Amino acid sequence: MGIGLRGLNWLAGSDLLDRIRIRKGVERALFQGTKGGFRTATAAGRTFEAAQSLGKPARQPRSKSKGLFDVTPDDEQAMFQEAGRAFAADQVRPAAKAADDERKTPPEILAQATELGVAMLGVPAELGGVMEGGAATTAALIGEALAHGDMGIAYAALAPSAVATAIGLWGSAEQEATYLPAFTGEDVPAAALAILEPRPLFDPLKLETKAKRDGADWVLDGAKSLIARASECELFLVAADAEGVGPALFVVESKAKGLSIEDEPAMGLRPAATGRLILEGARVPATAILGEGKRADYVECLNRARIAWASLSVGTAQAVLDYVIPYVNDRKAFGEPISNRQGVAFTVSDIGIESSGMRLATYRAAARADQGVDFAREAAIARRLCAQKGMKIGSDGVQLLGGHGFVKEHPVERWYRDLRSAGVMEGALLV
Amino acid sequence: MINLEIPKKFKPLATQANQVATEVFRPISRKYDEAEHAYPKELDMLASLIDGMNEGSDMGGAGAAGVRRSANGSDPAENRNGSNLSTVLGVIELCWGDVGLLLSMPRQGLGNSAIASVATDEQLERYGGKWAAMAITEPEAGSDSAAIRTTAELDGDEYVLNGEKIFVTSGDRADLIVVWATLDRSKGRAAIKSFIVERDNPGLKLDRLEHKLGIRASDTANFTLQDCRVPKEALLGDPEVKEKGFAGVMETFDNTRPLVAAMAVGVTRAALEETRRRLASAGVEIDYDTPALSQPAAAARFLEMEADYEAAWLLTLQAAWMADNSKPNSLQASMAKAKAGRTCVDVTLGCVELCGAVGLGESELLEKWARDAKILDIFEGTQQIQLLIVARQLLGKNSSELR
Repeated sequence: MGIGLRGLNWLAGSDLLDRIRIRKGVERALFQGTKGGFRTATAAGRTFEAAQSLGKPARQPRSKSKGLFDVTPDDEQAMFQEAGRAFAADQVRPAAKAADDERKTPPEILAQATELGVAMLGVPAELGGVMEGGAATTAALIGEALAHGDMGIAYAALAPSAVATAIGLWGSAEQEATYLPAFTGEDVPAAALAILEPRPLFDPLKLETKAKRDGADWVLDGAKSLIARASECELFLVAADAEGVGPALFVVESKAKGLSIEDEPAMGLRPAATGRLILEGARVPATAILGEGKRADYVECLNRARIAWASLSVGTAQAVLDYVIPYVNDRKAFGEPISNRQGVAFTVSDIGIESSGMRLATYRAAARADQGVDFAREAAIARRLCAQKGMKIGSDGVQLLGGHGFVKEHPVERWYRDLRSAGVMEGALLV
Repeated sequence: MINLEIPKKFKPLATQANQVATEVFRPISRKYDEAEHAYPKELDMLASLIDGMNEGSDMGGAGAAGVRRSANGSDPAENRNGSNLSTVLGVIELCWGDVGLLLSMPRQGLGNSAIASVATDEQLERYGGKWAAMAITEPEAGSDSAAIRTTAELDGDEYVLNGEKIFVTSGDRADLIVVWATLDRSKGRAAIKSFIVERDNPGLKLDRLEHKLGIRASDTANFTLQDCRVPKEALLGDPEVKEKGFAGVMETFDNTRPLVAAMAVGVTRAALEETRRRLASAGVEIDYDTPALSQPAAAARFLEMEADYEAAWLLTLQAAWMADNSKPNSLQASMAKAKAGRTCVDVTLGCVELCGAVGLGESELLEKWARDAKILDIFEGTQQIQLLIVARQLLGKNSSELR
């Protein structure tokens, strides 16, 4: 790019273009010239230093189920769920439209989410966090609650927790001691679990991002897509196909050389200001590989991320249901509420039925994760339901409002965009 | 604490039911599909065994243990896993074996469910241990059960029933028929009551047995009631004509719908398991870690069907669990029935398609399951009726606003 951002900004603000009536042409030229995206430096980032290491990594305890079928959360989970719901209703939903328009989540909302303790959920108690036996279920309940407010804001707010959770679940004692304390304070760093790559039929087990050994270091090359608040991130967990190891996660601090960020606006999740991380010969030490670099850990990470996205889909699907019910009851056509017609009413029924199924499947997967039993099948199923039924719900939400659903006066078009996004995402969030 | 697994204490029951399904139902499944209207005599011994199981504990057995909501003083905050859940789990396993045979199980009819749910203690004593079928549908009244025309007139100490009933499951084989009739057609649904009619009542005439698409092991009878006299005590529940009375009758469905949903879940699982084996032999394994769309189309389709199955299974368990915990579950019962019914049809047909000629051929059971499936989206309230119930609840509408 021959033109810097500062220059561009000046140009955009000047009256010159309007005076000589060339704004449209210039803008089009700029669009052509920048389709590849601007590249900016990654955030300067803080210094992460190892506090006293525990010697062996702290791990999440298993939940102690009584072995009874139960759909109700326990008291602690219910508390987080309630707090999440109140925050979503009072703060997140009112901010959602502007955040979507501006592609930015207000900092005060992020700060309040931190106050909610979302980042501490994945941090073991020994390191100042609140990771408990039922942490995955709790995280799913919070994800659902926040996404009822707005999925993009929920993504922006919860993305750093994914990094803390991953380090808490699989990191070495050294990595835990180095990085986790930052997630227990007020100033939680923006951080991202970067797995998704920009290509069709992306398979997170066949990564194009490569990590090659070079002496004692790893050198990473590749691109990672749709990272929340990418330009602010101080810490990345990057999935790469590691030479001689296979797919694994690497702890990469934003100040590592060879990193850059491209803005990557997308159809949905806009409040998360999604960006692409480019790694070009990014060099990290041998110790940067997360934990022992076990394939099983990586696969578990993928599946936990799928549960997290499923939980967000459930919240947004419920938002659709809650929004369309009063609408179709109030809206009159042919002399009566449109909800008196089966074509409309049955669509509402289906939203109710499928969103309930999505919710239960998501809870089951999360609870199994907490119990320490295999949950790959349940996670895959929750994801399938959320990608497919969730999208149908998003589409029906717009359809029920007709033309009014298509315009931005109502949130259903945003949910339509977000519900498509949730079915595409890999990584990025964790339960 | 959220835990959506089969409760530990019911695992032995599920295993037992699965053994029955494997050892008793599956081997005779095709035989009675072909020999429609022949009585599956193998079931007599099994029925006695299940009676014993029902007697022994609060574990529901094959489905008709009844779903009485106990009003005992247990702590409402305490999570209960009781007979509704165990019954649903048993029904799933047995229908994994054969749904037509489950419907033919002596003393496990829907009539038994109704009696067990709403009968007085005297009625329970009088009719206990008998096999009861349910007669609701008429030639001119199917889903619209408030429109039934069969009448019941009080004459001294007896009610006199007149009318025509169709689609009575196990109607020929049962000892009792629970007949829905109206005390006064001008009073609409409030006047609709159910009456227990002994099968050998001379006023109850069997017209014919139906030939069907599926569940051919189960007999489906049509009756004419002609001056059919039953004692006054044969009226189930409250004889008063009041609006709430019909609601009471309809509440029976809140309890039986999860059971029909469980039947659909069982058949669906049978088809999925068989198809998984067939696909594996054709070199297609389902991989849960890899995205569906990066797998072979057959695997992706399978995953989709399995996801629908899981949703249906969980909704069914949830509805039963709510009944166990005395939570109102009318909405969830209908959601479960709607989801399980349509999933059963979609999945069994999808499995036939995936398995091709093997799926279609009568040497395997896949084609049979696809035929059996359809009734599960029809009886105990069609798909459309369930959607109506769900919609009315979600939208806060009554049956005159949303028809």
